[in-house]
Amino acid sequence: MHFPLSKNPSPLLSIDRWGLAAFLIAAIVIVPLAVIFSSVFSAHDEIWAHLLETTLPGILVNTFWLTLGVALGTGVLGVSLAWLTAATEFPGRRFLDWALMLPMAIPSYVTAFVAIGLLDFSGPIQTALRARFGKDGFWFPEIRSTGGVVLVMTLTLYPYVYLLTRNAFLTQGRRALEAAQSLGAGRVSGFFRVALPMARPWIAGGVMLALMETLSDFGAVSIFNYDTFATAIYQAWFGFFSISAASQLASLLVGLVFILLLLEQKLTARMRYTSTRLMRIEGDRIPLYGLMSWCAAIFAASVFFIAFVVPVMQLLIWSISIAGEDLDVRYFAYLGHSLSLGGSAALITVAAVLVLVYARRLNPGPTIRAFVRVATLGYALPGSVLAVGVFIPFAWLDGQMTAYLNRPFILKGTVAAMLLAYLVRFLAVAYHPVQSVMKRISRHIDESARNLGCSGFEMLRRVHLPMMRGGVLTALVLVFVDVMKEMPITLMTRPFGWDTLAIRIYEMTSEGEWERAALPAVAIVLAGLIPVFLLTRDREKGF
Amino acid sequence: MTTIELIRVSKRYAQSKTPAVFDISLKVEKGEVLALLGPSGSGKTTVLRLIAGFEAPDEGTILLKGNIVSEQGVALPPEKRGVGMVFQDYALFPHLNVAENIAFGLRGMARAAQRKKVSDILDMVGLSDYRRRYPHELSGGQQQRVALARALAPDPAVVLLDEPFSSLDPDMCVRMREDVSAILRKTGSTAVLVTHDHEEAFSMADKVALLNEGRLEQLDTPEGIYHTPLTPFVAEFVGKADFIAGLVAGGKIMTEIGCLENTTPFTEGAEVMVMIRPDDIDLRPDPKGPATVLGRQFRGSENHYRVRLSSGQIIHSSQHSVAVYPNDLQVDLQLQITHVVAFDKTAMDQTHQ
Repeated sequence: MHFPLSKNPSPLLSIDRWGLAAFLIAAIVIVPLAVIFSSVFSAHDEIWAHLLETTLPGILVNTFWLTLGVALGTGVLGVSLAWLTAATEFPGRRFLDWALMLPMAIPSYVTAFVAIGLLDFSGPIQTALRARFGKDGFWFPEIRSTGGVVLVMTLTLYPYVYLLTRNAFLTQGRRALEAAQSLGAGRVSGFFRVALPMARPWIAGGVMLALMETLSDFGAVSIFNYDTFATAIYQAWFGFFSISAASQLASLLVGLVFILLLLEQKLTARMRYTSTRLMRIEGDRIPLYGLMSWCAAIFAASVFFIAFVVPVMQLLIWSISIAGEDLDVRYFAYLGHSLSLGGSAALITVAAVLVLVYARRLNPGPTIRAFVRVATLGYALPGSVLAVGVFIPFAWLDGQMTAYLNRPFILKGTVAAMLLAYLVRFLAVAYHPVQSVMKRISRHIDESARNLGCSGFEMLRRVHLPMMRGGVLTALVLVFVDVMKEMPITLMTRPFGWDTLAIRIYEMTSEGEWERAALPAVAIVLAGLIPVFLLTRDREKGF
Repeated sequence: MTTIELIRVSKRYAQSKTPAVFDISLKVEKGEVLALLGPSGSGKTTVLRLIAGFEAPDEGTILLKGNIVSEQGVALPPEKRGVGMVFQDYALFPHLNVAENIAFGLRGMARAAQRKKVSDILDMVGLSDYRRRYPHELSGGQQQRVALARALAPDPAVVLLDEPFSSLDPDMCVRMREDVSAILRKTGSTAVLVTHDHEEAFSMADKVALLNEGRLEQLDTPEGIYHTPLTPFVAEFVGKADFIAGLVAGGKIMTEIGCLENTTPFTEGAEVMVMIRPDDIDLRPDPKGPATVLGRQFRGSENHYRVRLSSGQIIHSSQHSVAVYPNDLQVDLQLQITHVVAFDKTAMDQTHQ
């Protein structure tokens, strides 16, 4: 008797069902990207010419100052706080070490409208000052300015730099620093000559992440009426109704983002070459005394206060004042939309991630690795770019299908299109926690299962999925929360009537109704706290 | 009945120049335990993975119960082979308890039959009280037995054991060897065991296949491997062996320590190296003896001596636990060789250089 033997062809060509599925997911990600890039070569209409003349120079100048300001701001704030909490000892350090991560829970557009609501001419602070000193008795900086945007962005994005740099300082240990001191370098020069240069790849990585968020930000800059690529794309599409001009702008923005991405990879390539031993011994910290220790405590505490406590308190005050009027059926409809979109996007994205992770598990060759690389590229695409990139192919498909079926066929502007855009944007977010758990499962587990007659989908369901529960749960939560916070994709691709909490915030802030934007913002901040807690729980396990 | 048959099997991994396994043929009969023995990198694990179906051979054929399962470049996938495997790290499913781990491969069996099978196997491995425990709540030896039970549960044609005792501490290891042997005999299982420890191979296997650099050096019973090694490599791998020069003359092999009956194929006038095991030589204190005691290692059940011959060559002898001789004592050597094993002298000189 002969069994039907399966072929075992060369590894480059061996793509099974899972490989094919991984290829399709990579294709879904590459289409919007390809559409955006190809628009560089498409015909330019007069709206593009108009934009080129009037808007573009302003956008470029704004983007330049914004990225420069945020890079400096997050760099200085992130590195100084990381050094204080990771390498020194001062009153309140333990609490602040953790608390300084909390601002990550607040989307920048929320901090933005709170800042304007508080510090604007008609806000409570200036009003109070006027009552005390009279109309011209004091000077107050204009919040609706480049400085204002940079401040808000810095306060919401510094945790990226803080987290990575803190990790660098913790892992580099104190030995190198002590060696420097034994060679006659003082504490200050030891910091600048040893600790800081050693942490450079991490600092650069954190700043690059912050800059990528800055370039893709839509909500905060539109609240400030500060024109950047993201707002210009929205305007070209919904103001001038020119999808081609929007995609031209998008291609420029993608170009900028990819330059950053390349820089990031170049700068962080050395990260893996240092030890990962955590600074466990508390005695290793530099104790600060007297005035120094109080300065450190006050500095760190005030950052936490300004970036987290003040916005949250203000949101709560506004929410309570407006709850009577606004906490109605419509609010729960927004909440319902946010939850159901977040939930379905999380499920779809994690399902796609499982396909990628499992395909890579079954076939560790370079082909699947390349698919995974492409599939996780979507995180670099700003939401406003992705909205355009998803809309164009769907519009084309609708046209083709309508002609073919001879009856209307519409996918663009449906929930399906929206979920697809979320999938592309957040695949990478879900991929990393799941893959890192999968990597820890011994290959022998798979081989045992196969010996016992279990393979393919059955093995994923009976063996890997239960073993990866933690990672899968983290991935679901991360995508869920990111979709809840997401603004530009939702704004540009939502079907009629699908307003979410984030959309409500956009609409209320564009009318200057800060109090009424607070209520939905509270829900988003609460959701945003979940991943921060997940993160800190993982940190306690020592990463 | 032949359960496993390998016919001229070769396998080369993509990254390496030399083949991991070269031209190996062997048979395992039903109910037999075969040990694949060899140093690391000898290809023994590759042979196991070829039988399991995790690798496909580049050349040759593998048959299980008379059916071809692997041929040049093609292979029946492992999940369709009905081959059980016990891994070095046990690879128990951490999310399933003991009973669920054992029942994993029993899909498609009726519930009641499944439950009975699990109970029977748990009884046999002596873990009936642990059926609800999770792997992390078990000791190493217990995990090992669960892994064996899990592999045996679906009544596989053959059980493969990949260095199964290497992560146990030495005491546990000896006990588990006995336990596992007993279980394999009781179930009449055909088994292939990979190990680098010749004592483990000898104590557990009916037959030993000794591999070196991907080639099969010798396939024999444990006694055959130990007493009549075919190559110097085999001789040295399965125990201490010294080689002393000899000359075939008049039907005898003349050596420095005495004459031996020439039962080897070497003919008159051949220069050979004779294998001497420590238990082939007895020491007698004798002031006029030709040899000198250099050192002693006490090993509990025996004393292990290093002895210098008058030619300056050093050989080893194992003596009884209470036979204690001081260093520099002159001794006489008495040969008690049951199997005379000799190798070509020039060939050996070359390989030793």
